[in-house]
Amino acid sequence: MNIKQTLTGFYLFLAVLMVAPITALAAADLEVNTPAISTLKNSMQTRHGQLAAHYGSGAVGLTRDGLIAVRDANAVLLAQRQGVNSLVSAENGDRNALYKEIATANGHPEWEAEVRSTFAQRWVQKAQGGWWYQDASGGWKQK
Amino acid sequence: MRISNITWAGLLLALTLQACVTINIYFPAAAAEKAADKIIDEVWQLKEGQPANTDPAAAPAK
Repeated sequence: MNIKQTLTGFYLFLAVLMVAPITALAAADLEVNTPAISTLKNSMQTRHGQLAAHYGSGAVGLTRDGLIAVRDANAVLLAQRQGVNSLVSAENGDRNALYKEIATANGHPEWEAEVRSTFAQRWVQKAQGGWWYQDASGGWKQK
Repeated sequence: MRISNITWAGLLLALTLQACVTINIYFPAAAAEKAADKIIDEVWQLKEGQPANTDPAAAPAK
């Protein structure tokens, strides 16, 4: 073992370190095409057919944490309330699973919270006029 | 003794660089937004041509 050997090893190590960030940058697109994500999307798409009317009536709103919640139960006929509650909780189950799956599928489970907050903003951004959403402080606002 | 000093210095430098690399693995906000938009369009079956506000910082219009 001498200085030369140590330095050669070190330079090799440096070369590896320089390549690593390039690899990280190359993977800048998020993977969202896993079977689990497709299943969740399909399930949410089907459910949306039933939920859309409730967004429109204001019974259900988009929450600031990327989920949905019953906002005004009075906007729903008494007989339908239980059904709406079930829809909301099924939708939230899918949404939570979706955020988690996207983070995991990209090798960074710790990204879940950031994925969630990205979605929270985008859901609101893409919501139709008249739908309700929570602002940053949790108050309901109508788009 | 001298080799040992260089080794330690090298190790320290390597650790410092490693820390920089780790910081570089940031959350890809733009890519996440793109992915979210794609998924939301599918779930809500929004039309392709619907204008999407590309500025994430902008507060949602009322």
